[in-house]
Amino acid sequence: MNAPAKPNDYSAYPDAEGRFGGFGGRYVAETLMPLVLDLGKAYADAKADPEFQAQLTSYNTHYAGRPSPLYFAERLTEHFGGAKIYFKRDELNHTGSHKINNALGQILLAMRMGKTRIIAETGAGQHGVATATVCARFGLPCVVYMGATDVERQKPNVFRMNLLGAEVRPVSSGTGTLKDAMNEAMRDWVTNVHDTYYLIGTAAGPHPYPVMVRDFQSVIGAEAREQILEMEGRLPDAVVACIGGGSNAIGLFHPFLADEGVRLIGVEAAGHGVRTDKHAASLTGGRPGVLHGNRTYLLQDDDGQIIDAHSISAGLDYPGIGPEHSFLHDIGRAEYVSTTDNEALEAFKLCSTLEGIIPALEPAHALARVGEIAQELGKGKIVVMNLCGRGDKDIFTVAEALGRKI
Amino acid sequence: MTKDRIDRRFASLKAENRAGFVTYVMAGDPDAATTLSVLKGLPAAGADLIELGFPFSDPMAEGPTIQRAAQRGLKSGMTLQGTLDLVAAFREGDQDTPIILMGYLNPVLNKGFETFAALAAKAGVDGLIIVDCPPEEADPLSDALEAEGIALIRLAAPTTDDARLPMVVRRTSGFVYYVSVAGVTGVKSADAADVAPAVERLRKASGLPVAVGFGIRTPDQAAAVAKVADAAVVGSALVDEIEAAAQLNENVTEKVLLKASELAKAVRSARVGTK
Repeated sequence: MNAPAKPNDYSAYPDAEGRFGGFGGRYVAETLMPLVLDLGKAYADAKADPEFQAQLTSYNTHYAGRPSPLYFAERLTEHFGGAKIYFKRDELNHTGSHKINNALGQILLAMRMGKTRIIAETGAGQHGVATATVCARFGLPCVVYMGATDVERQKPNVFRMNLLGAEVRPVSSGTGTLKDAMNEAMRDWVTNVHDTYYLIGTAAGPHPYPVMVRDFQSVIGAEAREQILEMEGRLPDAVVACIGGGSNAIGLFHPFLADEGVRLIGVEAAGHGVRTDKHAASLTGGRPGVLHGNRTYLLQDDDGQIIDAHSISAGLDYPGIGPEHSFLHDIGRAEYVSTTDNEALEAFKLCSTLEGIIPALEPAHALARVGEIAQELGKGKIVVMNLCGRGDKDIFTVAEALGRKI
Repeated sequence: MTKDRIDRRFASLKAENRAGFVTYVMAGDPDAATTLSVLKGLPAAGADLIELGFPFSDPMAEGPTIQRAAQRGLKSGMTLQGTLDLVAAFREGDQDTPIILMGYLNPVLNKGFETFAALAAKAGVDGLIIVDCPPEEADPLSDALEAEGIALIRLAAPTTDDARLPMVVRRTSGFVYYVSVAGVTGVKSADAADVAPAVERLRKASGLPVAVGFGIRTPDQAAAVAKVADAAVVGSALVDEIEAAAQLNENVTEKVLLKASELAKAVRSARVGTK
């Protein structure tokens, strides 16, 4: 593929068809097509409505607890001896991750559209919990599809969703993981088109989802930009985030896109290693293809069949990635690296002992690369990392990996 | 040849004043050899057109029956190329029955549209249905297929409103496939009363024959649809026979052809005595 000429105006993306260069689009069955087009119109309308935006800001502030702090990680900075390391503390949000930002935005939109039933997919359970939470808050019935394997590894989150009044449906079709949960949610949606809103959890899927989720998550980058200007009087030299589908990363990156001096670094999950068949690094180890409504980089075999992703973190093991990341990768505006399971575990322990913050395994992947980035940038430089989730949900997985019993 | 075969078949059905019977089976379910023997037997069992599914790992528009068929197909090692090989083998003995491949975009995209179109034409494929490629995204695929004379069959659904119709029938040929229920394959049942006006609307907008599928399981349902549509498509009910026979170690080909002939009879007799 030839990379398109480097655009100077990132606000031109996506175009009206939802395309970021050659990525994105709307690859859905005809039955869903009118719904997806309606959703595009409804979102454009809401986006331009100051009242909708004010409502969202108010819930972000009073319900989710935004803005989240920007925290100078002093001991980690000393430990690595390079650039100053800052954490954007999105793990302090209500529900413990960045997922609530998007769930709030979309449920307000769903209600505005008169939808009366909410469905969602979830991997680790963080998006499922965030969706169940907003459904409880606004009194809408909620069905969450979750891969049967994930239901087993994330029992606390399944219990949380049930407490919040959501029905969790384990998905054993296909391979019983996040991608199959998403397939099953799309099957539900196509069957219940008349009343159902599909609340997708990452910046992927048919247009307008990638742009809509990006917009709702951009509160992360917008706050971080303001906060660092206030604390340091200048923009950071690099911003870093982990990537599964890529919603927390695109939320951090987007407000910095036009600041050419700011490096954007995404960290994918390398599982057992990108040269093995057990990883989730779509950009590093995949090829462009079409899945779940958009054209993007995918893990696939020679026949175009989708390969199962693997990561120790259930929130990163998705075989695709949001189309805007595919675009930023191809034009070279963002850099993408990867972290193995073991490196993520080391970073998880380091963050806990040096900063007193137990991170989720997802941002631990980002942290595993932040040390090198800080050293490469050197003293006097600044790096901001999105600490997009807290680690409470992961203690069982980590204990098992360390050979300990809880 | 290619899509002319579809046009010729619908012209002769019109001359006989009867609806066509369209069967769907999945390539490689339970294995390639069985699929080939089923394909070879289908025309004699009464299939006027044959849809052949090529397996995909993530079939988002399918109900459990065809999801499992896709998994079995993949497990038996079936690929897109393997599916084309089956068509070529079928064509050696049958030059008249149109074959339409049906599946998802990624395996086709992975081959490259031009490469796929050339290989498909050579194998004797007449049409292609891609479930997750709406008209808005179809131009590159249409270009490649048109160059080889293969029809890109368009899907229309109950949610397709009048405003969308011109978009849906743009650059389409062969026939239009009306998905008679909002949902996945093989779960809900079609209602012939709702189907009739939808078929009429699609005929008018496209100038093409209209085949109806996604909710036809029994001979009665097939007959009811055959009264008002140009063709009735049955998939999951046949795939269920394949699955049951394979599980019980019975003769898969025999079982599925028996089911097909029952349904074919219902379709063929639906308009007897009508003008």
